Amino acid sequence: MAEYEALIGMEVHAELLTESKMFCGCRNAFGGEPNSRCCPVCIGLPGALPVMNKKAVEHVIRTALALNCTITPNAKFDRKNYYYPDLPKGYQISEYDAPIGVNGWLDIEVDGKETRVRIRRVHLEEDTGKLFHVVGNVSHVDYNRSGVPLMEIVTEFPPDMTTPEQARAYLVKLRSILTYIGVSDGKMEEGSLRCEPNLSVRLRGSETFGTKTEIKNLNSFRAVYRGIQYEVGRQIAMLERGEKVVQETRGWNDAKGQTFPQRSKEEAHDYRYFPEPDLVPLQISEAWVEEIRSTMPELPDAARRRFVQQYGLPAYDADVLTQTRAAALFFEETVRQCNDPKAVSNWMMGDFARLLNAENREIGESRVTPKMLAEMILLIKDGTISGKMAKELFEKMFATGESPRKLAEAAGPQITDSGAIQAIIAKVIGEMPDVWAALCAGDEKKFGFMVGQVMKASQGKANPQEVNRLLRERMQQG
Amino acid sequence: MAALYNLTAHELSAMLSRQEISARELTESVIARIEAVEPKVRAYLTPTHDLARQQAAEVDERRARGDSLSPLAGIPLALKDILCTRGIRTTCASKILHNFVPPYDATVVSRLREAGAVCMGKVNLDEFAMGSSTENSAFGPSGNPWDVERVPGGSSGGSSAAVAAGEAIIAIGTDTGGSIRQPASFCGIVGLKPTYGRVSRYGLVAYASSLDQAGPMTRTVLDAAMVMNVISGKDPRDSTSVDLPVPDFTQACRPDVHGVRIGVPKEFFAQGVDTAVAQCVREAIETLCELGATAEECSLPSIEYCLAAYYIIAPAEASSNLARYDGVKYGHRSREWAGHIGLMEKTRAEGFGAEVKQRIMIGTYALSAGYYDAFYKRAQQVRTLIRRDFDRAFSQYDVLLTPTAPTTAFRIGEKADDPLAMKLADVCTLPANMAGIPGLSLPCGFIEGLPVGLQIYGKPYDEETLLRVAYTYEQATDWHTRRPAL
Repeated sequence: MAEYEALIGMEVHAELLTESKMFCGCRNAFGGEPNSRCCPVCIGLPGALPVMNKKAVEHVIRTALALNCTITPNAKFDRKNYYYPDLPKGYQISEYDAPIGVNGWLDIEVDGKETRVRIRRVHLEEDTGKLFHVVGNVSHVDYNRSGVPLMEIVTEFPPDMTTPEQARAYLVKLRSILTYIGVSDGKMEEGSLRCEPNLSVRLRGSETFGTKTEIKNLNSFRAVYRGIQYEVGRQIAMLERGEKVVQETRGWNDAKGQTFPQRSKEEAHDYRYFPEPDLVPLQISEAWVEEIRSTMPELPDAARRRFVQQYGLPAYDADVLTQTRAAALFFEETVRQCNDPKAVSNWMMGDFARLLNAENREIGESRVTPKMLAEMILLIKDGTISGKMAKELFEKMFATGESPRKLAEAAGPQITDSGAIQAIIAKVIGEMPDVWAALCAGDEKKFGFMVGQVMKASQGKANPQEVNRLLRERMQQG
Repeated sequence: MAALYNLTAHELSAMLSRQEISARELTESVIARIEAVEPKVRAYLTPTHDLARQQAAEVDERRARGDSLSPLAGIPLALKDILCTRGIRTTCASKILHNFVPPYDATVVSRLREAGAVCMGKVNLDEFAMGSSTENSAFGPSGNPWDVERVPGGSSGGSSAAVAAGEAIIAIGTDTGGSIRQPASFCGIVGLKPTYGRVSRYGLVAYASSLDQAGPMTRTVLDAAMVMNVISGKDPRDSTSVDLPVPDFTQACRPDVHGVRIGVPKEFFAQGVDTAVAQCVREAIETLCELGATAEECSLPSIEYCLAAYYIIAPAEASSNLARYDGVKYGHRSREWAGHIGLMEKTRAEGFGAEVKQRIMIGTYALSAGYYDAFYKRAQQVRTLIRRDFDRAFSQYDVLLTPTAPTTAFRIGEKADDPLAMKLADVCTLPANMAGIPGLSLPCGFIEGLPVGLQIYGKPYDEETLLRVAYTYEQATDWHTRRPAL
């Protein structure tokens, strides 16, 4: 079989975190009673006019700076004309040939290999309403989302990404930056962050480009990865069979793990862009850009490097902990209170992450605060609780939000008394004489196992340092 | 004493404030007049007499309490039915909005309401302001009070007819290519298209956003100034409205044109302009010179391309502005359709008139991929050239004087089959919209019993000079005192 390569581009839409919508005073929020956040402007009543939300423009400038873009001083808005019932004016206010940010890049790393993904443009537009198809021949439209500020980030052509892993890494990093700088909440499942990859395949080494398809409704990182993987495979299979790939937009069926045709190129619109006459061109002064630049928070890359340097963390830990600003802030605050970076990192990446994932929650949405985690780590360090006890305690703390000290008191004290521990050791040896014999004969691998058994027998309450010490003592006794 | 409905806003305002008459009396006088002549004039699409009586009563109460009131308090007003009025049907003279009741007031409307102007109703226009005669109204044409067999001009023909007939004291029109000035000219009244940005467009149903502007249509220059005082100024809801101080425009109404330099652009007296009309305008210029102004011929060479460029830009913007009428949210919805595309298509096919459809198609074509550069972009370049022509002219002259329309009012149906001839009716007025400058029309004579309009162009945001020159001329003549015999 011939060797193919894929070329993957990406369009990302992010709803911006602003108080009000893009061109009117309606509140920008998710969900709610249909059509409860609407006004003449965002439902496109005759005569209503848009007024630009400056904060949204600022968010886009901030994003463009974070993505190393050049800012267009006289960016402007244009009308993108097309008909759909969820688009109340019959056109979307967008930016066509003078977007706010151009020619940026984002460096990503996959398996130790760094790739620079060039970004063609970052622009601002308004979101549409939502259609709900009711049973029979009836549909309803909810315009709550209509006019919500929406940012579009488009990668450069020809694409710099060639694998689904890279595409996922790009998205993960982009989402991390957007949440870091506070312009988006990055919630893919709520649709506040939407990703539309486009891709084509060609024989490796070929100078020409294959026909590309675009994939829509991918609402998780996993779906993006799987969708691209599937689509690359589908296109290669078609070429192998001597068929031609059709230029089209394809939907993603997550249950089947397949893409399916949605809209062909023939149905593509001529958007008849022209400058929006209801708005004056933006004038983005150097001073405004500098003001935004000067209030830019530390970005994930810089935070990662600093975490390695300042806290002596492994690169992997630093990487994970800086994926969201909330996590990075949580980490630093916890370390400030307990001064044990590695322990904090272990808890955050281990039990804490596992419990959050299980409930599909973000770190900021958890009952566990930095103060609580720090307190618990200090309890372990001063020997009040054992590591094993701590694991149970953490789960309780996660579930109830109760302070670790109170939970530790309720669980009862740690066993530090030598006599009590020696008794448990004797009991365990009695139960597994073979293992004990092997250990005493020099099989060091059995030592950890024995420690574990003793801890288990003490229901996790024995002080592990004492268990270690007394086991060694007992070994020397033979 | 003349009937109240025949007086000017300025006269009536003084009588009201001296409490010689009440707002209710005035309103009843106008209602009676409407009842008498409306069958011939057909200016009103939606009369609001109950509301008018209520507003008049409120004004009288406030005056009785000793509140300080705007000079427009109690003055009967007609609103072109393209300005959104809260709770009052706003049709744009289109079937597609025949049942549309806006939940909000246009900024112009709310400012007039706050000033206490009494709303007599919504008046006729060409559908979506596309036309020069009101013949494109889905509800039929209005009659010109000077000869009801003739058109009142357009698109603000309901406004001009109502004011000329005494069915309102003041009216608001909108002007995208001459729609205030040409009907003012045809009906023998004053019409002012302010500088683009001077008056908020919020709530003015858009035809061509970069050209539309609302303005006063009144019996006298001073009345126009009074209305301007109320409706002008920055509106946070309209990004294209300009944040400039609003002067007291009535102060500009003083008889003084000494040293005023008048330019007379020769292109506006060229072919197509009726010689008798041109003669009236030249006599008006002579009158102003006798009063102390100086005049000389000048040239605006790019004007030649103005009509062509206008009929790219205006339809292009219209094709987008009118896309929202799809039967989904408000207005007409076809009863027979399949699918949401079908719903839109049937609704629009049934709801729009022929002229509107034609302009939507022209505009859609002009913006289409592959044609944009040749049409829309070039038209915008022409617009820049026209602006430069005016800049050059205004470096030498304070005002430019031209005929408002090439002819007097034509007969209903006369140009209905000749769309080009109809569009040429706007040839003298289009340049103001393309350049964004102010233009004023006032009566300067009569030909065979039909009024002739003199158009005055001024520098951007210099409505004051326009008003001063117009006022000086008006005070030296008596055209504005004539009333049609209905």
